[in-house]
Amino acid sequence: MPKRTDIQKILLIGSGPIVIGQACEFDYSGSQASKALRAEGYEVALVNSNPATIMTDPVMADTVYLQELTPKSIKQIVEKERPDAVLPTMGGQTALNLAEVLHEERYWEKMGVDVIGVDIDAIRITEDRQRFRDLMESIGLDQARSRVAKSLLEANEIAQELGGGLGFQPIVIRPSFTMGGAGGGIVWNAEEFDKKVTRGLELSPIHEVLIEECLFGWKEYELELLRDSAENVIIICSIENLDPMGVHTGDSVTVAPQQTLTDKQFQQMRDAAIKAMRSIGTFAGGCNIQFAFDPKTGRMVVIEINPRVSRSSALASKATGYPIAKVAARLAVGYTLDELPNEVTGTTSACFEPALDYVVTKVPRFNFEKFEGVDEELTTQMKAVGEAMAIGRTFTESLQKAWQSLELGYAGLGADRDPDHRTIVRERLKKSYWDRTLQIRNAFTHGASVEEIADVTQVDPWFLHQIHDLVETEREVSKLSLHELEADLLLRVKQHGFSDRQIAFLLKDDVTENDVRARRKALGLTPTYRVVDTCAGEFAAETPYFYSTYDQGENESEVTDREKVLILGSGPNRIGQGIEFDYSCVHGVLAAREMGYEALMINCNPETVSTDFDVADKLYFEPVFWERVLDVIEHEKPAGVILQLGGQTALKLANGFQEHGIHIFGTPYPKMDLAEDRGKFSAILEELEIPFPEYGMAQTVDEAVDVAEGIGYPILIRPSYVLGGQGMRIAINKEEVSGYVADILKMLPENDILLDLFLENAIEVDCDVIFDGDELEVCGILQHIEPAGVHSGDSTAVLPPYSLSDEIQDTIRDYAERIARRLEIQGLMNVQFAIKDETVYVIEANPRASRTVPFIAKATGIPYAAIGTKVMLGEKLATFRERGELESTLEGFAVKEPVFSWTKFPEVPKELGPEMKSTGEAIAFVADLTDEHFSRPYEMRNLYLSR
Amino acid sequence: MSSDSSAARSPAKLALEDGTVVTGLAVGHMGETAGELCFNTSMSGYQEIMTDPSYVGQIMMMTYPHIGNYGASEADLEADRPMVAGLVTRAFVDAYSNTLADESLEDWMRRHELVGITGVDTRRLVRHIREGGVLNAVISSVDLDDASLIAKAKAHPSMAGLELASRVTTAEAYDFAEGDGPRIAVYDYGVKRNILRSFKRRGCTVRVFPADTPLTVVLDWNPDGLFFSNGPGDPRAMPGAIETAKAAAESRVPTFGICLGHQLMGLAQGIEVYKMKVGHRGANQPVKNLDQGHVEISTQNHGFAVQEDSITEAVARVTHRNLNDQTVEGLRFVTFPGLSIQYHPEASPGPHDSAYLFDQFLDLIAETKSASTETT
Repeated sequence: MPKRTDIQKILLIGSGPIVIGQACEFDYSGSQASKALRAEGYEVALVNSNPATIMTDPVMADTVYLQELTPKSIKQIVEKERPDAVLPTMGGQTALNLAEVLHEERYWEKMGVDVIGVDIDAIRITEDRQRFRDLMESIGLDQARSRVAKSLLEANEIAQELGGGLGFQPIVIRPSFTMGGAGGGIVWNAEEFDKKVTRGLELSPIHEVLIEECLFGWKEYELELLRDSAENVIIICSIENLDPMGVHTGDSVTVAPQQTLTDKQFQQMRDAAIKAMRSIGTFAGGCNIQFAFDPKTGRMVVIEINPRVSRSSALASKATGYPIAKVAARLAVGYTLDELPNEVTGTTSACFEPALDYVVTKVPRFNFEKFEGVDEELTTQMKAVGEAMAIGRTFTESLQKAWQSLELGYAGLGADRDPDHRTIVRERLKKSYWDRTLQIRNAFTHGASVEEIADVTQVDPWFLHQIHDLVETEREVSKLSLHELEADLLLRVKQHGFSDRQIAFLLKDDVTENDVRARRKALGLTPTYRVVDTCAGEFAAETPYFYSTYDQGENESEVTDREKVLILGSGPNRIGQGIEFDYSCVHGVLAAREMGYEALMINCNPETVSTDFDVADKLYFEPVFWERVLDVIEHEKPAGVILQLGGQTALKLANGFQEHGIHIFGTPYPKMDLAEDRGKFSAILEELEIPFPEYGMAQTVDEAVDVAEGIGYPILIRPSYVLGGQGMRIAINKEEVSGYVADILKMLPENDILLDLFLENAIEVDCDVIFDGDELEVCGILQHIEPAGVHSGDSTAVLPPYSLSDEIQDTIRDYAERIARRLEIQGLMNVQFAIKDETVYVIEANPRASRTVPFIAKATGIPYAAIGTKVMLGEKLATFRERGELESTLEGFAVKEPVFSWTKFPEVPKELGPEMKSTGEAIAFVADLTDEHFSRPYEMRNLYLSR
Repeated sequence: MSSDSSAARSPAKLALEDGTVVTGLAVGHMGETAGELCFNTSMSGYQEIMTDPSYVGQIMMMTYPHIGNYGASEADLEADRPMVAGLVTRAFVDAYSNTLADESLEDWMRRHELVGITGVDTRRLVRHIREGGVLNAVISSVDLDDASLIAKAKAHPSMAGLELASRVTTAEAYDFAEGDGPRIAVYDYGVKRNILRSFKRRGCTVRVFPADTPLTVVLDWNPDGLFFSNGPGDPRAMPGAIETAKAAAESRVPTFGICLGHQLMGLAQGIEVYKMKVGHRGANQPVKNLDQGHVEISTQNHGFAVQEDSITEAVARVTHRNLNDQTVEGLRFVTFPGLSIQYHPEASPGPHDSAYLFDQFLDLIAETKSASTETT
């Protein structure tokens, strides 16, 4: 059926602030959906409270509402916009829940709004465990044995029943209607049972939990499906979890396509998935189905269905090249799959199942170091804050690339440092931890066998054999010196994904990454780039979406003669470096394209808009890892690179670019380094006559204590070169100083320690500016509500300042300009100030786009990330000023509200301090300071303050 | 056991008739083999593919890099031995993992003396074939001389005009299944086991006949339906089979053809068949059912196809069409109760979306029966 003509205007609901379990994958899906619907001629009104999203850019929809996501605000929008339809499947559980609430009230019906892309009555079934169970049973699909409990007593009875009455068998609890599996998990013994069930009952909005047979150790699979109104169903991607059942799929290492099922087993799963999807009412759109599979008996059970696009569908889109959200949006407005083209080939149908000729591995990224006392064990409740995806021609190549992508300092799966001691390795493998694949590798280096590791971890031996292969390859390399490394072995090693840095570590002689690179190139070995084409090469592809491999055939990424700019992405999301940086990267890409450059993007985060193959002229889905970046640069030979947008990730590579003579657009490297180096920066502040808190630097505990005694207390302690306040603490005496410094040095050895006098009860201010060499544009001055001591990312911030005198604001501008001139900033800079007793102190300057750039851009209506990029590329601010493009539309105040994911870490105290803990943010526009978006945080500003 | 014992493998070469030579590592039997190099995009089901008799004479290159992951199993065989002439992979896996496996894929290949090569940049060759069309090739781990191998590839006969079904048809007629349902007579040009199982599962009585069995002999068995199977080679080089298909149509016994059988039924009715540049080989091909409007994801394996402009309304109606290249995928004949399908409703490997076609054939048998009862 062709698209519907009875609807003209569609309301798209976003997912709101980033929390664990619901992250920027919904910016990707929302943006795709909006693009697709507008391309079809529909008018799109969009609502989301998250300012750091691309989907809320004015260009993305006809009308954008940056408003909180509540039934009340949705109603206001509906009454104003009078849409014909609402599409709630692109905004995660948040959007679906809102749509459901308003459906219950019969609001949609009353307003004549058609709910598209989902069957609301049907999704209730997928969320209500008992009804879902009944439905699956009715269509003949097997499930884990389970029952719903509404009280602890009932839960006890069920557990007895499932455990067979013989002592305590592990069982699973799943509270109903919680996001990302909050409150769920395996209960291993009778002691934890009462506590966990009670908590689950509390967390569930309807106070019920499912008590379920424990499938621990079974294998877990996911299928991503699309269904149209003609009941055609296709499977876009199969995903196999390396981690067995018991670990939330968002926390698991996952691999696409599935690796270890025979075709007959896989087809059985496919049939079940199609049957299940068709049973969920009538709707057209995307769906995700999870299965558990017992490798011993072949028994397969359905775990759950998500009748909407999800984190996994974003991953599947990036893994296959098939734009699920875009197609799902078109299906929601009436198209059938056979009417849509495969945009990747341009010549074939969208109604097919992608074939991969490579392997994709996703590795989750965690931030446990942020949460003191956190339980690091992975369970059925998601704890990851981000993920990296890597593509290789083999599993080993993709796994190593994934580890290079994580930005945890690894050069691959180990082989870049001495492995942990065998007793540690053994301990780590007993439970599910984030570094399981690395510890499996370490266990092999200590001589463990595949059978032993399989027995302890329940990881399928197929993956273990593959990792064992890596260790065997390491052994071959470690017998050699660099000059003995011949082309055939080196090729094999590179095809296993080893980085030059790992090879340098492994070789007998003392060589560097650069030496290995030189040898490799002398032997004629460079990567080739291949297209992610959805069809394993069967048809020619039009999309410029590439990955590197060491197959030595042709290079499919043909280099054009256009002038190019390479924009470095920000890698996996983590606290302190999240979607805000992807927002800036996307704007950087678009700005570079507008200026006539061919914009090249390199990034490895599958959740983002920047890794949508529609965004850049060419997308390299690669680790933002030195060797991989340099390879792309040597292949493409861009005029320069842009580092200011990708947060600390890109900035960390600046030194290498400088050394290799690669041009950096914007602020020159030596000046960036001045800002990053605390000693040099303080000297500059002194020279510029700008006050700053007294500080000192130390490399050992003893030095730190001496410095602290000299400066006085309270004193702020932190490692240099980190983002998001990692390891930052405030100490009030010398015992605390020595304790904190020892901790930091354990976590980040060889890092300098900075000690600053802490300005108690000072007002903190964030200031983002653009400097073009001649003049300064102050994008915004954000005054924090919480006093100094709370990380700026965790503070509620107000634009413009609500209590700073004009004089102080002028001083802030003046200091920012002095610093910008002195550092020869070209592009963006963020300066943090503290104001105490009418004195303005500079705390730090960051020569790059900050976390607050997207917020200011949304608050003022000025695309500062794009303007900053254009300034880096040589445009002058005067040009924008003359065109009136620097006129703010802000009336009243804009409030940036931090959002936390505390429910994921019940054991962690809700304390705010210098270490950033929030995962997301929302924007609220308020007319005056009586609004509760201001008054509430203002009253509570000291409540969660800790040191 | 290592998952890719590439360090220990001997070298092997793959040479194409156009002079392309690639070096890799030997897999399976040490030796030499020649055939038409084609590729298959299925990501699982390698053993079903390797034992599909339609692939006789062809060297199979799998586009998915890891082949061998779940080992080899008796349950995954479509014939009692490998049918492909050779196997080309990117990253062959020896250390399999699946409780259903009887042995490793490599051990199975060695037992059946099947020659293979791994470590090949398969994607590059796929693109090469995609641009230039399928080519003859030689894999060898015994002769590593480029010139010699190219000469052998050139000397290998082209698939066009080649009759191959006689190599894989059964020597003797045999009963495959006995049931309460219709009696199905199968003309075996290289029939896949799962086709026979598909009939059996529906309660049919199935007898399989050698390819050259005269129709009169088959009709003496008193079948309710005739089935023309899949198989290898160029259907245009099978005049006997085309004659049989013509006679079958005249007999008015309901007839069903799959793949080669579909082409033979077409040729018998004057529909032309041509050799495709690349062919369709994979488990993800979208086919639209033009009668019912739905789309099925199908398993395909064909290098020849029926020519649409040679189909007249008086002869047949196009019932199925490939959504990627619009080629004809199914026919319903007008002058006799027959239907034919270019792809593989029996799957194995691949999706089960098209299994209903077997039911349609059984429905056709039932309809024909009741019609003839009414007339008599």
